[in-house]
Amino acid sequence: MDQDLKTELSKHGIFATSFEELYNWGRKNSVWPLTFGLACCAIEMIATTMARYDLARFGAEVFRPSPRQADLMIVSGTVTKKMAPQVVRLYNQMPEPKYVIAMGACAISGGPFRDGYNVLKGIDRFIPVDVHIPGCPPRPEALIHAFMALQEKISAQQLTGESRPRHLKQELPSEFPVPEFGEHGLEPAQNDEVFRNPLKVLQG
Amino acid sequence: MILEDVRARLQAEIPGCQVDLVVNGSPSAQNSLLIDRQHGLEAARLLRGLELDYCSNVTAVDWPERVQTDKIKSKQVVDGVEKEIEQTVKTTIPGYLEVVYHLFSMSKKEGPVVVRMRTGNRTDDVTLPSLTPVWRSAEFQEREAFDLYGIVFDGHPDLRRILMWEGFTDYPMRRDYVPPPDDDLEALGER
Amino acid sequence: MGPQHPSTHGVFRMDVRLDGERVMRLKPVFGYLHRNHEKIAETASYLAAIPYTDRLDYLCSMTNNWGYALAVEKLAGLTVPERAEYIRVIVGELTRLQNHAGMVGFLLQDMGASGTPLMYAFRERERVLDLFESLSGARMMCNYMRFGGVRVDCSAEWLSEAAKLVAGFGSFLDEFEKLLTGNEILMARTQGVGVLPRELAINAGVTGPGLRASGVNYDVRKVDRYGIYERFEFRVPLGEHGDVFDRYMMRVLEMRETLKILEQALRDIPAGPIMDPKARLRGLRPKVGEAYGRIESPKGELGFYLISDGTPNPYRYRVRPPSLINLTVLEDMCLGHNIADVVVILGSIDIVMGEVDR
Repeated sequence: MDQDLKTELSKHGIFATSFEELYNWGRKNSVWPLTFGLACCAIEMIATTMARYDLARFGAEVFRPSPRQADLMIVSGTVTKKMAPQVVRLYNQMPEPKYVIAMGACAISGGPFRDGYNVLKGIDRFIPVDVHIPGCPPRPEALIHAFMALQEKISAQQLTGESRPRHLKQELPSEFPVPEFGEHGLEPAQNDEVFRNPLKVLQG
Repeated sequence: MILEDVRARLQAEIPGCQVDLVVNGSPSAQNSLLIDRQHGLEAARLLRGLELDYCSNVTAVDWPERVQTDKIKSKQVVDGVEKEIEQTVKTTIPGYLEVVYHLFSMSKKEGPVVVRMRTGNRTDDVTLPSLTPVWRSAEFQEREAFDLYGIVFDGHPDLRRILMWEGFTDYPMRRDYVPPPDDDLEALGER
Repeated sequence: MGPQHPSTHGVFRMDVRLDGERVMRLKPVFGYLHRNHEKIAETASYLAAIPYTDRLDYLCSMTNNWGYALAVEKLAGLTVPERAEYIRVIVGELTRLQNHAGMVGFLLQDMGASGTPLMYAFRERERVLDLFESLSGARMMCNYMRFGGVRVDCSAEWLSEAAKLVAGFGSFLDEFEKLLTGNEILMARTQGVGVLPRELAINAGVTGPGLRASGVNYDVRKVDRYGIYERFEFRVPLGEHGDVFDRYMMRVLEMRETLKILEQALRDIPAGPIMDPKARLRGLRPKVGEAYGRIESPKGELGFYLISDGTPNPYRYRVRPPSLINLTVLEDMCLGHNIADVVVILGSIDIVMGEVDR
């Protein structure tokens, strides 16, 4: 619709929009995160919700303790192999539409603890991640930027066609297999449908 | 609390107890006592009686088998002339696991008194007496030594893995631990 | 209970067996944040291990650095110049301030005051973090202490900002206490709950405010007299009953004592160098030997045990974590209480999982 016509109509008190915009506007302004802090990044996440860098003004009003009521999982901190099955299980319990922000270097790729025997080298080995935030720990402003990037991603999703979000595509899975504890590590070590090996991506 | 006095007390009151002084080369001058493991628990009770009531730190150390090269000078007769010859002697020190306890006294505000115990080897003779009945603070730390090094503590109330999951079969902090090749990037030599 | 739970201070799990609502047995399970800090430090040099110590107790990175620097200084025989010692005391005590404020905030959030005291505490914490950021470049992971001193010098403006913060903190504490200490709900939920007897506290190796709440006068700052702590006049508060209320009051009283130390340090800090001229940072090869260095961190006694074999990497690097040892008595304190009290007791011990699991 023509933007000038929209503005003209709104001056008369008539608000014109499409279903898509309305749907996405409602979704993006009420993303409720799950209380899921693992390590040091969790403290920066808590600081972001405190009085100085208020995250509630972006719609993340309440942090829900139960995954059944949350839309967003902010994986903040190092995911260890001992914790990884619980993370995937929590992700499976969240209802669609659900999003994941990987906060901090540890959640993206293992971070400074990459050499560890108990460290999972990035949570995107098992679950799909929407926004990655680098930093160790990222500043609260960076987390707000990531939140805004997620909101832009949501508002760019369309209701029909190829770029519709995952929860409207019936054939895509919304639950991912939970890894088991093996004798030397996790089995399987990664979920090949979700994990894209950066080296292979670079090699084309 | 002077270490030599403690050593003398231990040797006097527990017959058959081997106590050796391990000298520390660094400027910290924190020498330690090596106690043999058969009398470990008795020695611990005696130390607790000496008002060393606070066991601060329990550390496990892995000493794999190493070869020590010493140069020994000796006088030998060569071609009828006495000369001083330097010989290189290599001794193999067998590997063992070691547990170090740092003890303090809260009532007398003294310390540290450092006590060590060693196992026989790194493979099958890896038991040590647990000092948890004497100092409860050793409970979790001995479990960690069991989890990460494989030292079995006799007499520990609840010896099971603490940091890794049940079912994990390796002892990760040992010097010869090899992590699993679970990463395509690392298998290709890319870091 | 856990590892994902709104009140478990990080990824911590407790296997609790209940009879109705009373606790019969409690076994803590951790390891969910085991990041192999000790193994990584064996392959890293002494200097490279300092950023990893930041991430141990991630709320108090300055005191972690200090403990490690102290242990290496004992191992290598380095001395610290006077100005650096004063700066260490100032940032260490500022760390203690923000940690205790945060602990009280988290404890009250666990009790149900959902967020308000935490907001007040974090407001003050942000001011302290601003100071740290202007000094060391990072809010939380400061990476500031070095072997033989500190990394950068603080300016006169920084010192005057710190003095302003210290001057204003007293009124914040008064406001905080007015709202909390006389509060009926707080008193009913914490007095008589989670009693830790004196003998058990000593035997189980509990240190820090939890030990002093049970009546044992043991503060590593007074016992070891490390750094220049003997120049400062401050008291060590002691509790009588060893319950949650005493542990809470320990933090509040220690914050007041810390303000005294800060006033004295900010007044007396001399000019001078900030690094030991003999210290080599890169390629530090201490002589073969070992050392155990410990400090009074806000959580308890934080110790570092280092064995050197003459190479640039430590042969054995061990952290003595106060939070882990303080957890030994969790079961004893919780037996017979209701499940709601378990959360409060855990909050009063003040653990940080980065330190428990390393």
